[in-house]
Amino acid sequence: MDPYWVIFLKALVMSVLLLGGFAYLTWLQRRLLARFQHRIGPNRTGWEGLLQPIADAIKMIFKQDVTPTHADKVVFILAPGISVVFALVAFGAIPAGPANSLFGMDPWIVDLDIGLLYVLATTSIGVYGIFLGGWAANSKYSLLGSLRSSAQIISYELGLGLSVLSVIMIAGTLNLREIVEINVWSVSPLLWPGLLVALFAFWISATAEVSNVPFDLPEAEQELVAGYITEYSSLKFALFFMAEYVGMITASAFISTLFLGGWKGPGFVDALVPGMSEWPFVWLFLKIFVLLTIFIWLQASLMRFRYDQLMRFGWVWLFEIALGAALLTGAVIAFVL
Amino acid sequence: MNADAPGRADVLREERHGDFDTKLMRINVGPVHPATHGVLRLVVDLDGETVMGATPRIGYLHTGFEKTMEHRTWQQVVTYTNRMDYAHALGHDLAYVLAAEKLLDARVPERAQRIRVLLTELNRIASHLLGLGTGLLDMGALTPFFYTMRERERILDLLEMVSGVRMNYGYFRVGGLSRDLPDGFEAKVQAFIDDFPAALEQYFAMFLENEIWLARTRGVGVLSRETALEVGLTGPSARASGLDVDLRRDAPYSGYEDYTFDVPVAEEGDAYQRFVVRGEEMQQSLRIVQQALTRLEPGPIRDPDRRISLPERHELETSMEAVIFHFKLVTEGFHPPMGEVYVGTESARGELGYYLVSDGGSMPYRVKVRTPSLPNIQAIEPASIGGTFADMVVNIATMDPVMGDVDK
Repeated sequence: MDPYWVIFLKALVMSVLLLGGFAYLTWLQRRLLARFQHRIGPNRTGWEGLLQPIADAIKMIFKQDVTPTHADKVVFILAPGISVVFALVAFGAIPAGPANSLFGMDPWIVDLDIGLLYVLATTSIGVYGIFLGGWAANSKYSLLGSLRSSAQIISYELGLGLSVLSVIMIAGTLNLREIVEINVWSVSPLLWPGLLVALFAFWISATAEVSNVPFDLPEAEQELVAGYITEYSSLKFALFFMAEYVGMITASAFISTLFLGGWKGPGFVDALVPGMSEWPFVWLFLKIFVLLTIFIWLQASLMRFRYDQLMRFGWVWLFEIALGAALLTGAVIAFVL
Repeated sequence: MNADAPGRADVLREERHGDFDTKLMRINVGPVHPATHGVLRLVVDLDGETVMGATPRIGYLHTGFEKTMEHRTWQQVVTYTNRMDYAHALGHDLAYVLAAEKLLDARVPERAQRIRVLLTELNRIASHLLGLGTGLLDMGALTPFFYTMRERERILDLLEMVSGVRMNYGYFRVGGLSRDLPDGFEAKVQAFIDDFPAALEQYFAMFLENEIWLARTRGVGVLSRETALEVGLTGPSARASGLDVDLRRDAPYSGYEDYTFDVPVAEEGDAYQRFVVRGEEMQQSLRIVQQALTRLEPGPIRDPDRRISLPERHELETSMEAVIFHFKLVTEGFHPPMGEVYVGTESARGELGYYLVSDGGSMPYRVKVRTPSLPNIQAIEPASIGGTFADMVVNIATMDPVMGDVDK
């Protein structure tokens, strides 16, 4: 294990990277959505609009910060903090390369034996920020938004947890580093059907978990104005925003780690440059980028579910599919292998 | 309001909670809300996410158009008519000039009539495109809005070519048109007619085959034929509820009897059909545009009557009489005989009628506009009760109200 000051430094760098990633994810999202929609998107601030996130951040910071008169002030201020802190913290257990590859240090912050549970747990705690924020604002729109959000995220947690079971059964560990090293796809082709279904269920659940389209009900603009962030302004608004985007990045990283080989590259690149598939950061970054692009693609192509349809989909369909995948994988492991 | 709407809410409440004492949450939607298409305000009673009542409160865009018109000459009124329904502005212009011409007994030349129909139908397509795009936007689909705007932009370009502006055209005049079509207009309209069906296909593909869209609209916000009649619903929304009424066919004006077109009607009365009927209406409007364009022949564009239309510019240099008429028309306008008329037309939103009273003066004595949006927003409550909050947003969008059209 690295010395504590190194871990601290790594955590700091990771936070900064994630927050920078968040800023440029907004840029990527706006440019890509614009391309899907016959527009150009922000391209005035800096080359190709690359300074736009910085301009937005400055604007956000200097906006007037309004706290509604009847709001519960302490919780109102605390809620965005909870959201953003747990969104950032979740990333800590995700490995970005082989051991000792970061200037002789490990490219992860903590190597937890329960890494998988840790990520699931911290992303769930983020819901408290949303719920408390919507409750504390003392506005009916915020309340509706936060209720929707809590109900949605809790229901999709089930699908998320069940679809992970397949991976856990194959890998036999909850340690994310070991899961990547084992590479669940290489164990046996017989396990692929179960894994594919699990990936599908996990992907949809994760989309709902980060409230991406078509599950963006908590902040359904045309219905609830902005959902739980209706009453938030200035930096507190930015924090919620940040939490949401960091959540998207974490979800992508989590999917890559569990199902897509994590920081490992495809084997054939070793033929080009020896050891290329072992490069730290590169492959994880690429995978996150592709997954985020798919999230944005969904935003451009789909519309929103209705609340009751969303709940039915989560409990009736996704729950069953994830359960089916777990049973399938379990049966193959128990009876065939 | 619809008399049985609160009754239905009570029944629903009884069903859901029995004798258990529950309270509804009253939430104020609008006048500043992303889904209210302007400044509509709805006082909504919610039981969880279920809408138990949605009472419209209007007046946030009240501009006193009708009263102002009493202090403008008959010709100047055109400036105000198109500001009411800014999405289908030419529909309002057409209804007003037809009513004023009926008072005057003016003879509008063939060419002017054709051009009026052509532009009004183009404007109707633009209005439906706006309605479709924003309707899908209200369901959370961002992209279709930009696609419909792309086609609408071409129509606005055409209308700008004719009138000089993209909104509030003011191109029609009592007795004819303000000026003739510019060079190259016909070719551009033809190009649009050729391209538009493909675009329409694209829109239909974007939502008609989308499972989420079908789930969001099928059986949502059902309005029975009876309820539609009761609230006075007209236009595409009424036709989606099985009311087979279209004044262009049933009481033709401006030469609509010469055009062949179908009136799409559906029975279900749900949000799905309200979308689809609008989509099919665009195809029919396109047919009318094509026919009007083919039959467009050179000729005068104004009533030759000197007491109604301004003389040609070159006449002012040679004819003293022309100068006198010009002076009279510009300073005080014409004087329709005493009397009152009502002309009903089919705007993009439904029956649009102008009721004009003349006391023989140079300004209207009274103007009363029967705008379609006002009765149409009354249909939101009966359509929404029992549905979810999200369904109500869809219902507002598919009634396609324009608040300027409501508040006048």
